[in-house]
Amino acid sequence: MLRTKLASNSRSFLQRIHCDGALLLGLLVLMTVGLVTIYSAGGQDVGLIQRQFTRLALALGVMLVVAQIPPMAYQKLSVYFYVIGIAMLIAVLVIGVSSKGAQRWLDLGAFRFQPSEIMKLAVPMMVAWYISRFNLPPKTWHILIGFTLVALPTLLIARQPDLGTSLLIACSGVFALFLAGMSWRFISFVAIAASAFTPIMWIFLMKDYQKQRVLTFLNPESDPLGSGYHIIQSQIAIGSGGAQGKGWLQGTQSQLEFLPERHTDFIFAVFSEEFGFWGVVALLAIYAFIVIRGMLIAVKAQNAFSKILAGSITLTFFVYVFVNMGMVSGILPVVGVPLPLVSYGGTSMVTLLAGFGILMAISTQKRIMSRE
Amino acid sequence: MPSPRILIKDHSAEANLFARRTFIGLLVVFVMVSMVLSNLYYLQISRFEDYQTRADGNRIKVLPVAPNRGLIYDRNGILLAENRPVFSLQVIPEDIENLELTIKELSTLLEIDEEDVGDFYQDLKGNRRFKPVDLINRLTPKEVALFSAKQHKYPGVSVEARLARYYPYSNALTHVIGYVAKINKKDLQKLSEAGFEANYAATYDIGKRGIEKYHEEKLHGKVGFQEVEVNNQGRIIRILNFNPPAPGQDIVLNIDMNLQLEAEKAFAGKKGTVVAIDPKDGGVLALYSSPSYDPNLFVHGISSKNYKKLLTSDRPLFNRATQGQYPPASTIKPLLALAGLEEKVITPESRINDFGKYQLKNVERIWRDHNPWGHGWVDVTKAIEVSCDIFFYDMAYKLGIDRISESMSEFGFGDYTGIDLHEEADGIMPSRGIVKARFNRPWYIGDTINIGIGQSYWTATPVQLTQAIVTLVNKGKRIIPQIIRGNMQKDTVILEAIKERRPIAIKDEHNWDIVLDAMYGTVNRKGSARKAFKGAHYISAGKTGTAQLVTIAQDEKYDAEKLSKKNRDNAMYVGYAPYDNPQIAVTVVLENAGHGGAEAAPIARKMMDNYFRDQTFPEHKVIEYLGQDLESTEITQVESQP
Repeated sequence: MLRTKLASNSRSFLQRIHCDGALLLGLLVLMTVGLVTIYSAGGQDVGLIQRQFTRLALALGVMLVVAQIPPMAYQKLSVYFYVIGIAMLIAVLVIGVSSKGAQRWLDLGAFRFQPSEIMKLAVPMMVAWYISRFNLPPKTWHILIGFTLVALPTLLIARQPDLGTSLLIACSGVFALFLAGMSWRFISFVAIAASAFTPIMWIFLMKDYQKQRVLTFLNPESDPLGSGYHIIQSQIAIGSGGAQGKGWLQGTQSQLEFLPERHTDFIFAVFSEEFGFWGVVALLAIYAFIVIRGMLIAVKAQNAFSKILAGSITLTFFVYVFVNMGMVSGILPVVGVPLPLVSYGGTSMVTLLAGFGILMAISTQKRIMSRE
Repeated sequence: MPSPRILIKDHSAEANLFARRTFIGLLVVFVMVSMVLSNLYYLQISRFEDYQTRADGNRIKVLPVAPNRGLIYDRNGILLAENRPVFSLQVIPEDIENLELTIKELSTLLEIDEEDVGDFYQDLKGNRRFKPVDLINRLTPKEVALFSAKQHKYPGVSVEARLARYYPYSNALTHVIGYVAKINKKDLQKLSEAGFEANYAATYDIGKRGIEKYHEEKLHGKVGFQEVEVNNQGRIIRILNFNPPAPGQDIVLNIDMNLQLEAEKAFAGKKGTVVAIDPKDGGVLALYSSPSYDPNLFVHGISSKNYKKLLTSDRPLFNRATQGQYPPASTIKPLLALAGLEEKVITPESRINDFGKYQLKNVERIWRDHNPWGHGWVDVTKAIEVSCDIFFYDMAYKLGIDRISESMSEFGFGDYTGIDLHEEADGIMPSRGIVKARFNRPWYIGDTINIGIGQSYWTATPVQLTQAIVTLVNKGKRIIPQIIRGNMQKDTVILEAIKERRPIAIKDEHNWDIVLDAMYGTVNRKGSARKAFKGAHYISAGKTGTAQLVTIAQDEKYDAEKLSKKNRDNAMYVGYAPYDNPQIAVTVVLENAGHGGAEAAPIARKMMDNYFRDQTFPEHKVIEYLGQDLESTEITQVESQP
């Protein structure tokens, strides 16, 4: 009696704040795993945990705010977002602030800001808006325009240079086109074109340090103390964790600081070392749960724009997970992608949760269908 | 969004299409998850042991712990080489805010010179900030006390103790014990070639000379290990395991320190050497080479100023006892006589008339006796007693170089004795072949005649001479001289085995007695060492020698005053005591001192007096001359001309 009442109350509360319960649960579990692992990886630094906690709270706040905005509004704002984003990317290349050989920031007086973060959401929104104006599946002509919409920010970000982000943004746009029903013939054409584009990219677009990353990835042992050090130490950490793991705070690779970037990009290695293979299976299950929930929201979404946007955000989220785990365990080259919601810090956390805010808005704010 | 056209959408078809695409998307997600999982399965399950080993290799370091070096005692248990703590002032860079200021402050308290500071900054380069660096290598006990009182003012600065070798008898034993010093590149290379590198991983010093070098393996011990957990900087986090080192063996030498100190005293201000060996077991009782030096200077690295002082013409670094190659001169006459008797070139009875000169037919050259008027009629016994040169010129001529070379080689001349020191020379026992090979000169008959009095090309080390006397005393039994007596184990000495060579076989055992009696006569009858041993409470036997270092022209007289000191004769003496039951055999060489009987024999006397200080012997009546009356012996014609 009491239980049903509570349940209905809580559901109604979550609904009132436009929050998807299942999704929220998954995110909170991940964040908890993150805090626990950061505590171990960061040398049991409570200050680190406090800062991360604050950041998570802020990001959750942003998520809730975003969730209150009706999906229709996003649809209407897509074009402005996109145009402003592109303008800022051009501004970055002209008047941006450099750091570590890359020009990625806009100095807004009070804080620095990466316009590429906006594009992580603006690109799928723009593509979803454009493609959903037509009957689906889209015509080749529309697909080509869609690709142009994706290519423009991708190339601008690649020029900064920030190859990792540009590829992930390209992914989010391409996912939108794929979900919209891009024909298989076109998909195979794109695949062929992409593989043809690879050598061109290698020769003309990639900087030396980027090439070095790829070469190191192909053979990390060639420079075990230099550029290969990260990946070798990371694999040792993961492998020595075994099935059961060494136990929380017991990872020798992380506690004795052999592992670089322990609490940020390489936190997955710390997790694998301390919690073992079965821990990793559990962690992947949580991610899988979030992805499946996100796709379900997409399928149940009211219109094509929402469906495409929700699906793209979810798949892109998974790509982050895959790229991070892949690079840490040595099946992908090292690109600076954090493990979503687990790695310490980052403005990307806010963008990420803003994305989930949109998912929640799509999930919880449905108009009663009108025959129009 | 205002649209120019009204779009009629087929919502259910779109939913179906989207659901299909979503399904495919999830399928791709599933494939990617499988990829990640299979890779992790490979890393964490299939290759777990491999990576576990590598992780342990990262964090576990094995640190070597140096063993304590074995101590060295003399035969009576007197400590000759010990390990004493030495103190150094160490600085941990990361614990110090202002290095320069700290060093400045410290230099008001302790003695720090510019060289120390220079070395310190040199060592600091490439050093981990948490690893201590030596600022002062050797602190005096006073400085240790001074610093300890104010240590609280200097966090990150500390006094560290380590054991280092100390030789309490400094100069007295240098050429026996040698010394240890810091392992250098050459030592490291030798160690790695021998496969001992690991055992020396933590060791600071290694034997460089003498017993310290020869018995390095015994003295060093076995390295221990400390298993520690380190972080990526190499900082030790905790100790996992400790495997203590096995200390080196304590060894006991045959050296009698009291006798050794007597030698040092006897040679004060003189150049030369003495070797004393126990004929029973070949144990080296004393071995002193003068001038000597303080081995402690080398232990902590000798300064170039001090080292230059050792590079004088007196050559203190040179071990005269084992490396000094001296013409043996008359000291080998008893051995030559034995060869003459064995080969029947002479008999105990045969005699010659010595006029002071010796000449071969058709050879212009005249060989002189050291006594210009000669010794008159001499047989072999008298020839040894009075050291008659003419008798031995003649005998050598009759023996010929080939037989002399062969029989003297049997006594060990021209070969290493095998004493347990690496600093040994082999000397030259000349033969036709050796002289041809080494000097590219043919053998002349005159060379053979000079060999008769231990000159010509013949050189021998004092330890070789002593060994030959030991062989003579033991009537052919050849014992290799040994400085080490044994290992000390819980207050008992485990004796080292006596090492012997193939004994000398002789046709007529009586010949030993004739020669030994002649040496007895040298000391106790009217021989050349009579004066030196007058009044001794024991009976000894011996032979004097006076080695000529420059050739005196035929008609010139040897005049010590005229010759520069460098070219004056070496005084030599070989002897043993007591005569009937020898306990000590001694060789003395006194460089540029003159006559053996007058200069060298008294030192041998001092050595024997010291050695028998606590022994008493029964009254002794001099055994009279064993030879026959002059009248009843046949006369051997000598091709000598008056």
